[in-house]
Parts: sequence; C-alpha cells; structure tokens
Amino acid sequence: MAFLTNFYVFLFYFAALVLVTGLVFKIAQYTMTPAPLKIPTTPAPTTTRGVVLRMTREVVLFESLFRGNKWTWIFGWMFHFGLLLVTLRHLRYFMEPVWFPIQLVQPFGIYGGMAMIVGLGGLWARRFLVDRVRYISSPSDHLILALLVLIGCTGLLMKFVFHTDVVEIKAFFLGLYTYEIQPLPADPLLLLHLFLVALLMIVFPYSKLLHAPGLFFSPTRNQADNPREVRHIAPWAKQLEQK
Amino acid sequence: MAKATFVVPELTQYTEVPAVTSGAMAHSLPFVAKPEFQDALGFPGELVDDWQAKAIDKMGDLLGKYRSLRVYMDSCVKCGACTDKCHYFLGTSDPKNMPVGRQDLMRKVYRRYFTLAGRFFPKLVGAEDFTKEVLDDWYSYFHQCSQCRRCSVFCPYGIDTAEISMAAREIMDSIGVGQKYCNEIIAKVYKIGNNLGLPGPALADTLEGLEEDVFDDTGVKVRFPIDQEGAEILLVTPSADFFAEPHVDGLIGYGKVFHEAGISWTLSSHASEAANFGMFIGSYENMRRVSQRIREAAIKLKVKRIIFGECGHAWRVAYSFLNTLAGPWDFLDPRYPVPQHICEFTHDLIQRGKLTFDKSENDDKVLTYHDSCNVARASRMGDVPGGQFDIPRDIIRAVCNHFYDMDEDTIRDRTFCCGGGGGLLTDDLMELRVKGAKPRLDALNNVIQEKGVTHMAAICAICKTQFSKVLPYYGMEMDQIISLHQLVGDAIVLTPGPDDDAEDDDLDDEDDLNDADPNEE
Ligand code: HEM
Ligand code: SF4
Ligand code: SF4
Repeated sequence: MAFLTNFYVFLFYFAALVLVTGLVFKIAQYTMTPAPLKIPTTPAPTTTRGVVLRMTREVVLFESLFRGNKWTWIFGWMFHFGLLLVTLRHLRYFMEPVWFPIQLVQPFGIYGGMAMIVGLGGLWARRFLVDRVRYISSPSDHLILALLVLIGCTGLLMKFVFHTDVVEIKAFFLGLYTYEIQPLPADPLLLLHLFLVALLMIVFPYSKLLHAPGLFFSPTRNQADNPREVRHIAPWAKQLEQK
Repeated sequence: MAKATFVVPELTQYTEVPAVTSGAMAHSLPFVAKPEFQDALGFPGELVDDWQAKAIDKMGDLLGKYRSLRVYMDSCVKCGACTDKCHYFLGTSDPKNMPVGRQDLMRKVYRRYFTLAGRFFPKLVGAEDFTKEVLDDWYSYFHQCSQCRRCSVFCPYGIDTAEISMAAREIMDSIGVGQKYCNEIIAKVYKIGNNLGLPGPALADTLEGLEEDVFDDTGVKVRFPIDQEGAEILLVTPSADFFAEPHVDGLIGYGKVFHEAGISWTLSSHASEAANFGMFIGSYENMRRVSQRIREAAIKLKVKRIIFGECGHAWRVAYSFLNTLAGPWDFLDPRYPVPQHICEFTHDLIQRGKLTFDKSENDDKVLTYHDSCNVARASRMGDVPGGQFDIPRDIIRAVCNHFYDMDEDTIRDRTFCCGGGGGLLTDDLMELRVKGAKPRLDALNNVIQEKGVTHMAAICAICKTQFSKVLPYYGMEMDQIISLHQLVGDAIVLTPGPDDDAEDDDLDDEDDLNDADPNEE
C-alpha cells in the first residue's frame, strides 16, 4: 500500500498547490485589471454598504438567478447549499479537536450531500431537456457535472453502504500538515472519491468554476451607483488626460 | 405603409420563447464603413493583412484594460438564465442572439488564445481559432446586440453582453472592419458638431422658427436660445430634437418648462448633440473626444449647470461616464448634480409647485410609458435608486389623466429594448429592428387592447425614431410614439412675459423676438 499512499500524498500536495497558486493568480489578475467606467446594473445601491448587501444577496440567495429562472435557481441553490454543508462536514477531517460548530453541522452535512446530488441531477437534466441550454453546453459542462455527481455518489455510498475507516483518513490528512505520511485505507471507493476531489481542485482555477471568485469582481454588481458624486477614473485613462 | 421583404412576426398575448433555429439571422449584416470615415476615428481603412494576430493583440490589450471583459470571459457557467431574455433572440429565434450564445462567439476565441484549457483541449471547452468565418459571425452578431443590458439583470454574475459587444466592435474597428452607420455619424460629430450634420446657422434658423411656432400657438414668447454666453443652463439634447417628429415636440416642451422656471438657458452649436456613439463602438478614446465638446461648450458659454434632453444612451454617457470622461466639473454650480436630466429638472419644479398644468389638454390620449434601456439599467435620476422609473411616471401623472403601465415583466429594469438601440438604428438592419421590437410591442398591444392605450411616451431619441419606423409594420400608427415632454408642453399653462400681448397675433415685430429674455434673473 505504500505506493498508493505515496501517490495520494503527492496528488494532494500537487492539487493544493495548483488550486492555491491558480486562484491567487486569477484573483491578483482581477484585482489589478481596472474597471475604467461605472457600469453597475441599475437600480444599484449608492453606498459601499449597499453594495456589500447586494453582493451578499447574490452570493447567499442567488438573487439575480432567482429573477431569471426559477428552475435553475431551485436546483442550483440546492446544489450549492448542499455543497457548502458537505464541505463544512468534511472539515472534521482537517482539524483536531473539531471545532464546535463543525460538530453541530455533521448531521446536516449528510442531507447536504443528498441535496447536492438532487440539485446536480436537475441542472444536468436541463442540459438535455431545454433546447437553449443544450445549445450552449459544451463537453466540459457535462464533465464538470459528472465529476461532481461522482464525488457526491461515492461519498454517499461510503456513508451508507461500503463504510471506510474514517479515523485512518483523518490521520492521513492531518499527517499532510506536518509532512508525516500516514497510510490511507485501500478501499477502491475511497480512492476514487479522493482522486476525483483532487481533480476538482486542479481544474478549479482553469475552468468555469472561476465563477466563484468572479462574482465578487463583477463591476455590474460590485460598483456603487455614485458617478456624479465621485469622479471615477482608471490609471490608463488618466494618462489620456495628460496628452 | 411599410413593406417588408421578410416575415413580420405576429404579435402574441405573452411573448413566447421560441425554439432554437440555428442561423436564422446569419444573413443580417450592416454596411461596412468606408475608409475615409474609419480614418477620421483613427482606425485602419480596411481589413489589415495580419488581421488575426492584430485582433488577438487587441483582445489582450482590452482584457488588461477592462475588468468587466476579463471577469465575464471566465465566469459564465452556462446556466442558461439569460437565454430567453434578449429581445433579438425572442424575435428571431437565432441561438447566437441568446446573450450567452453571443458572448460565446468571443469566449471561444478567448479560450483558444488566453486559457490553458483552450490551448490544450480546444474541443472539450468549445475553443476555436479566430478564422475568417468566426470574424464574419462577429460582424453579424455583434451588430445584433443593442447593448440594452437586459441580460445582465438576470445573470447570476451580472455578465453584461453589452460590454462584450462593445469590446468586439472595438477589436473589429482596430483591424479595419467598422460599421458604416456608427462610424460615419461619429465622423460627422467631429466635423460639424452633431449626428445629423446640421451646421450652426441652420440650427439657429430652426430654433427661430420654433419660437415663431410656439408664439403662434400660445401667444407667449418662449425662447429657444443658442450660443448665449452667460446663460445659467447649457442644454445638451439629441439633434433629432431640432426638427424631426415626435422629437421636436419634446424640445418645445423643454423650452416651455425653462420659460416657466424663469431660468436662462442656451443650446450650443459646438455641442449640438447629446448622443455619443463612441459608446456603441466601445471606443473609450472616441467617447472621450465626443464628450470633451460638452466641457468646451460649458466653459465657453460660462454656464453654471448642464442639463441633458431626452436621449437614452446619451443619458448613460452623461450620468455614468461624463464625470470620468470630461470632468471634474468644479467650475459649475456645486448645488446641482452634473449633469442633470431634463426630467429631474421638470420633476423638481412640479414638486415645488412651480408649474401649472391643464391636464385636460392631454385628455385625447391614454398613455403608457416605455422605459428606455440605458435610462433603466445603466443610469439613474434623482437621489434614490429607481428614480429613473418613478420620476418620468410622476411627470406623466402630473400632466395626464389617463396612464397605464405595461406588464410588470416588461417595464422598469426588465424593460424590453425598442429594437433599435446600440448603433443599430439603420435601414440596412431593418429586419432585425422589426423582429427585435416584437417583445416590446406584444406588451404595448396588450395595454392597447385591454386599457385602450392610444400613445406610448418615451425619453429616448433612438426609441422614438425606432418606434415611428416599426409600429406600422405591426399595424400600428407611427404617431403613437411621443416625447414625454410633449405631454408636459401640451398641458403646461404658460405665463405671458411683460412684453407678450396675448391678443396680439402680429408676428412681424422682429424686434420683440430679439429682446432680452424677460425671465432672466
Ligand atoms: C462564492 C461561491 C459560489 C457562488 C456564489 C456560486 C454561484 C453559482 C451560481 C449562481 C450558479 C448558476 C446556477 C447553477 O447552475 O447552479 C453556479 C453554477 C455552478 N457552480 Fe457555483 N457558486 C459558488 C461556488 C462554487 C463552487 C465552490 C463550486 C464547485 C466546487 C461550484 C460549482 C458550480 C457548478 C459546477 C455550476 C454549474 C452547474 C450547471 O452545470 O448548471 N460553485 N454557481
Ligand atoms: S445587451 Fe441586450 S441586445 Fe445585447 S445580448 Fe444582452 S439582451 Fe441582447
Ligand atoms: S446567465 Fe450569465 S452565467 Fe448564465 S449562461 Fe447567461 S451569461 Fe452565462
């Protein structure tokens, strides 16, 4: 088993590196690219506080999507909220002692997993059933859904059917913090689950999953509507004024 | 009566989402700009030799200059929420007119040249080389977007296809592929001062004629001054207001409001145009150059305030961009926002009880109101968000007895474009304009049938021109579209000046017309 364990150690270090550097690079790029004009979609809040509220509604409730398409909203929100609960539940593998709120969330994490699968199912169905959505879907859109569904299904299978040794898994991940290699249980289902998660981490910064950081940088959503009060000008535009 | 070479859609009770018909509008192309007009704007005259490399360079340049473009290229998850929101898709059923379909025309090129996934696995992520076929698609479909931003309202990330269309047009201009209508007009603004190419003296004549008409009508001397140094207010209005129906009735309305306000005002022959087509072609430099005329005029005429007439995209540039492009405005009166909309001005006077109306003057009409895209989704009026919806409606209610809104889903920030915005108001795009108007006209037809609406008011020169042209295709009358300030002008009760003689119809008294403004403070 030493080979498998070593492979997964390497895989997770690599995946974490790609995820972090990739995201840092993208976020730095978004930060450094100026937004030369005020383009909030109006009516828009006029103050920073208002913008924070608008953004919070977008992130937590998917407000615009709610106005745009109810079916996509229901499935999309189920999937994301489920994913959030699942992620919180998984944090117990990465901390010792386990933080109290994370203990509380444990049972909900399981429902989250189910909601996630149902949500993904609905979103995927739309890609076949609605001709407009079918038209805009490329293979990568299906693959990312397949990846998430598989991650969810392998996870739930381990929870309900083929149990695995969670104590050993926790030891494996905690060991990664201190470069101490701890053996990973050799259950095929677990190995598949972990492999897919690492894959998700690797594709994250190179795919449409960039929508998560992207939303925070979207000028139509994050700008305050105050162009008459405050002069807004980008550095490259300022240079035109010197001419 | 308009004759169509294409099938005009049937109006329906509710706008139905059509089944996707690939290539339904692939034939729609606007005329290409001639080299001389490209030149005037600083673009190459015709398609340059190494256009592909140049275009990709330009795209890289824009990706570094516009965060919107960068973030929007990356963020779309293909959720489909925008797919049924564009009036051009609803009217034509061409999937490349779905906002995300339109964006993908650029995104596939972006992915190919600017992302790892697209470089290594183009098929997987739908990336494509920038071929001549792709360029042709760009020219066709980025000129089927009126930059109305309806898609950005519903997208979970606020992806604004208008930003992408603007960038695409800028890239095409930079390799010598410009659109005739927009670029010729901008060149005219540089040369003559306005979109219609009306020179200063012609303008002065027109305004004098207007003064006579209004005096004939009302017996009150309402002034329409131009290039009057020292006036309090500079009015910048779309040049269509100077003569074309129904625009000019709006201008008469503004003049009457200023008359009643007792505040001196002037137009400028240097900045005789509110429109700024620099925005439509996504060119910051051209938009800035066009805007600078307003700054120059304000300085030269020593005005204290700037007010914009009824024009949608001009108000977007004015409200959202003017401070950036031509500010700071520290030499103007700090008590007023710069610039102001004529509706803000009129509304404020109404609130303060300064205007008297005889609403029955508009009793021959039952009104509805069309929110113009650029006012609704890209700017504001007044102090609170949403003022751009309430202020015009308040004004209409103050001057008319009969007003009904169209279906909630088609007004305010969900309003449907007239079908002619974004630099598409040209005869070579007539089919697109007629089909794109369908969602708006479905809703209009509903209130006509159910509420007996006779007229639709608007505050945008492009909307007004577009509607007068397309209404007849759908069996409506071209004069059912009117200026909001026509309603104001028709209902307003004018106060005669000291030298007005209501009974005296004698117009030959030239001296009177040249007298100083009786209302000047
Ligand atoms: C700030 C955090 C996030 C926000 C606000 C957000 C929001 C959204 C929204 C509004 C959609 C469109 C609706 C839908 O199709 O569900 C979406 C789609 C999607 N999101 Fe997120 N998301 C976030 C984080 C994530 C993360 C961390 C993942 C994955 C690990 C993810 C995966 C996806 C996927 C795969 C889709 C496409 C679903 C489809 O194919 O229809 N999202 N997201
Ligand atoms: S901006 Fe308007 S015209 Fe352009 S794609 Fe979006 S909805 Fe359609
Ligand atoms: S609504 Fe936004 S994220 Fe969804 S498909 Fe359209 S552009 Fe993409």
